[in-house]
Amino acid sequence: MKKIGIINYGLGNIGSVLRMIEKVGGTAIKISLPDEIYQAEKIILPGVGHFDHGVRLLQEKGLVTEIQTVAKQGTPILGICLGMQLLFDNSQEGTATGLGLISGKVIKFNDPTKALRIPHVGWNEVDVQKENPLIPTYIEQETKPRFYFVHSYHAVCQNVEDVLATVHYGTDVTAAVSSGNIYGTQFHPEKSHRFGMDMIKRFVEL
Amino acid sequence: MLKHRVIPALLLKNAGLVKTLQFKNPKYVGDPINAIRIFNDKEVDELMVLDITASKEQQEPNYALIEQFAGECFMPLAYGGGIKTVAQAQQLFSIGVEKICIQSAVLNNPHLVTELAEQFGSQSIIVSIDIKRNWLGKAQIYDATTGKTLAGAWQTQLQALVAAGAGEVLLNAVDKDGTLSGSDLELIRQASQHLEVPLVAVGGISSLSDIKAAVDAGASAVAAGAFFVFHGPHRAVLITYPKYYELENLFKANK
Repeated sequence: MKKIGIINYGLGNIGSVLRMIEKVGGTAIKISLPDEIYQAEKIILPGVGHFDHGVRLLQEKGLVTEIQTVAKQGTPILGICLGMQLLFDNSQEGTATGLGLISGKVIKFNDPTKALRIPHVGWNEVDVQKENPLIPTYIEQETKPRFYFVHSYHAVCQNVEDVLATVHYGTDVTAAVSSGNIYGTQFHPEKSHRFGMDMIKRFVEL
Repeated sequence: MLKHRVIPALLLKNAGLVKTLQFKNPKYVGDPINAIRIFNDKEVDELMVLDITASKEQQEPNYALIEQFAGECFMPLAYGGGIKTVAQAQQLFSIGVEKICIQSAVLNNPHLVTELAEQFGSQSIIVSIDIKRNWLGKAQIYDATTGKTLAGAWQTQLQALVAAGAGEVLLNAVDKDGTLSGSDLELIRQASQHLEVPLVAVGGISSLSDIKAAVDAGASAVAAGAFFVFHGPHRAVLITYPKYYELENLFKANK
């Protein structure tokens, strides 16, 4: 059984991620204490909320160093929404230092014309930018994969090759990232029915 | 391209699913878990569950039931009803709700919106505003807990709640509720002006063309109750939802 550890640090929808993992045949465990992280073959870092709040909670739980350690050891890590943003170096939303597992920063949607409604909420199609094990391009069906987004900030990768997929909202912004064993999605796969379920299944089976 | 969301809005009364007519006469339409399973299979964009008795009767949200809903939903779930504190919101998010919808509590305490937005992010806070027209057709905020309309311009109140941190606005046309007579398009037009957050319009939707009209009037998303749970002139209970391609075709012109 593939054990997927979900970082449980008090931010966001642990329940839905957990249920989706079990639905696709994986075993999910909650990780609330630093030592528990070593029981997992893969890690999911979920999260909804403020960047600094997320960093602070991870620090309080003593999980920052542990996540960075298993990341270096090659454990696949998937950050979701705020969890993805936390993988980066920093965010305009606050002043805290992120996990630094993917180079770059998180910035606010900037729309001087005010024509865009922020947050970017809803279902949007993504453009896959590179070969990757998580999101197929669905070329044969002539449809793009679509996912559920809710965010006011978006990531900007320092290395363009880390961009796994983009989404168009005003401009093209980062929808998913990957760098080695580190993955992140700005959207919520656990709330993106069959497209999200397919992605989580692929992560579980990596 | 961001798709306009089409959201079934389900009303909960004592753990049963009901549908109202102009906020009155709740009619039992079935078991909520069963309905949510069907909507899940139909791959709806999002689901909204509003407990219509929690606030009125000063009850806590029914956490055990809501957690069951969240477990059935592989799409975003918004919950509203009886939320008055940050601690209640925390509990709802922890059991798998994506967004909370608040209303009664903020009519008296807009600061709660700010507190919630600071802690959970604006994107997870929907502020619901019920609008009822008086006999002269003037739109006013309606307080469903007391059944009274409130003095003061509703647009001003709306702007204040957005400024306080609301990430989304649910605009509820009370006179249209359950009537299947089309949206109050003028209301949607007025509300969407100068609004920088997504606007979800609810009330009166009876067809795909009503959904399109609401979007054309300025709604970012459309919610509906009766349209998705009733069928035919005798309002027989039948759960339906448009196919993805139907919605895609509907909004093609809006791209």
